[in-house]
Amino acid sequence: MMDPSPVAASTERRALWGVLAEFDTPAALARAAREVRDLGYTRWDCYSPFPVHGLDRAMGLADTRLPWVVLGAGITGAAAAIGMQGWMNAVDYPLIISGKPMFSLPASIPIAFEMTVLFSAIAAFLAMFAFNRLPQLYHPTFQSERFRRVTNDRFFLAVEAADPRFDAQGTETLLRRLGSAHVEWLED
Amino acid sequence: MSVVGTTAPSADPWDNTSDDPTRRAPLVLGAADYASVTEKVAELAERRRPPRAWYIAFGVSLALTGLLGAMILYLFTTGVGVWGLNSPVGWAFDIINFVFWVGIGHAGTLISAILFLFRQSWRTGINRFAEAMTIFAVICAGLFPAIHVGRVWLIYWVFPLPNQMQVWPNFRSPLLWDVFAVSTYFTVSLLFWYMGMIPDLATLRDRATSRVRQRVYGLFAMGWRGSNRHWQNYERVYLILAALATPLVLSVHSVVSFDFAVSMVPGWHTTIFPPYFVAGAIFCGFAMVLLLAVPARQWFGLEALITLRHLENMNKIMLATGMIIGYAYFIEFFIAWYGGNVYEHFAFVNRALGPYAWSYWIMVTCNVIAPQLFWSKRIRTSPWVAWGICVFINVGMWFERFVIIVTSLSRDYLPGSWGAYKPTWVELCTLLGSFGLFFTLFLLFVRFVPMVAMAEVKAVLPQADAHASPNEPERRATGTLAVEKA
Repeated sequence: MMDPSPVAASTERRALWGVLAEFDTPAALARAAREVRDLGYTRWDCYSPFPVHGLDRAMGLADTRLPWVVLGAGITGAAAAIGMQGWMNAVDYPLIISGKPMFSLPASIPIAFEMTVLFSAIAAFLAMFAFNRLPQLYHPTFQSERFRRVTNDRFFLAVEAADPRFDAQGTETLLRRLGSAHVEWLED
Repeated sequence: MSVVGTTAPSADPWDNTSDDPTRRAPLVLGAADYASVTEKVAELAERRRPPRAWYIAFGVSLALTGLLGAMILYLFTTGVGVWGLNSPVGWAFDIINFVFWVGIGHAGTLISAILFLFRQSWRTGINRFAEAMTIFAVICAGLFPAIHVGRVWLIYWVFPLPNQMQVWPNFRSPLLWDVFAVSTYFTVSLLFWYMGMIPDLATLRDRATSRVRQRVYGLFAMGWRGSNRHWQNYERVYLILAALATPLVLSVHSVVSFDFAVSMVPGWHTTIFPPYFVAGAIFCGFAMVLLLAVPARQWFGLEALITLRHLENMNKIMLATGMIIGYAYFIEFFIAWYGGNVYEHFAFVNRALGPYAWSYWIMVTCNVIAPQLFWSKRIRTSPWVAWGICVFINVGMWFERFVIIVTSLSRDYLPGSWGAYKPTWVELCTLLGSFGLFFTLFLLFVRFVPMVAMAEVKAVLPQADAHASPNEPERRATGTLAVEKA
């Protein structure tokens, strides 16, 4: 090579992020995931166009703690609604309406219910992004041309170089043995 | 082969309405695989030019939206006197349209949330655009209470915001509950719709051929990459949102019915209102879903994804909810007689035989008699015939709200304060314009956004079952295409 291009030079300095293996079917992906899990890998992930049933267990993922966030938000919403109605109509500016009590719990229930749902739904929505660390507009897997089909019809498994058991050659051999027709190395 | 006493499998490969319990009816027709589903749906949002019918429909809708804008401008600059409201009929088209549009929205939430909780996987073909319909219908609904208040620049008084008078809204009023119910409903529907769309927006991003499309879809896809660690949280949140939206949708129309039931007006003050309103909302909402689905599947060639079975199931739901409506009409009359209250008794006799009897009988014909045609399977599975019935149902449900509101207000306790109501051209044009707004938003949606939930449809394809072993091909074939088996 006469003159190394600046692009080639810059890629040379970039560290290996991991290996990405492609699978044809969800069953093949789940089989590979079980093996990778049993070998004790920790920094790895599966990618699929739709949620594959049983893959959470095949990957050995612990149950998500996300619902607790939603429960907390729901309780907050209910308490805020009751507190708001009581304080506004009975304390801060008492409103006399047809001789009814300034504050009554039954009349506060519809708004308490709506605010419970509102707080819970917003919390669930935001927690989905927070727990998944999204939005993340760049990810090393996006370098792969083939990975574009992950949102169409292909299934992928990636093991990160940061995994203590990672060994580029060995991991690639493993993934090929597990039935991947195409394995590629990705840089960070 | 075929079991005695069941419907024989049809020879038509596009007919998946067979009720043979030994064969699972396919949810997706044609030689469907993941890539063909993506291709079919994504292509619609990617094509440079939509069909000519789209342009015509969009032109008409946009013109009607312009009419709506003009009517609202006229209302704001002149005052609510441009409407035919009077004393005693202080609510009419404004609130009729509000209740009508909120009700339309309910079917979308029923399909997306309630059918999801019941594990009705056929919902995947129609949930995306039913949810879109919900959002657009709630936008139309929210418009009417906002513009009917008279001094529209003070509409923010409905919210508990600090203001210069240092007074707060009255939380014991159902009208305020409505503000909370409808705004919560809109917010939750929007979150549910958008979240469900993220994986599909990522598909459009990954298929983008231009930089602009890639950027825009990429931004809205939030960097979604189909990670299973993400799917785990995503699916859990989807389930939670469905579980929250289910009681929410029941509460919204119940609260809307409280606007009437909590008052003392004869014909309004009844405990049957919440369930009766919810059933009516689902009834006309499904009619609207079908009204949109039948042309959309034909114009965009989606017969493989929105199958005859989808349409038939929706027609069955309309038949069932139509029967609930008919029963509610009957029970209202029964209680008016059995309750022994003369005012209540008069209100109902007046509905059926008074000056607005024509509207009452339009309502009964459209809502109770027309859906009886759905007992026939032939009619249930003829899309355009069902479409015609759905037009009747929507007309009937609009008139139901007219009957409830106008007949009750025009003649209450004191004959001396009776009155009559007649809409002005402004009200009629505003109603027409609200349809324009609804269809404009819907047509933009089918143009730019995947109108079928691709990721969800792929997940219900037989080959998506990760437990199927390649050694048991018959297991993998469960529920496959009628085409293959025929």
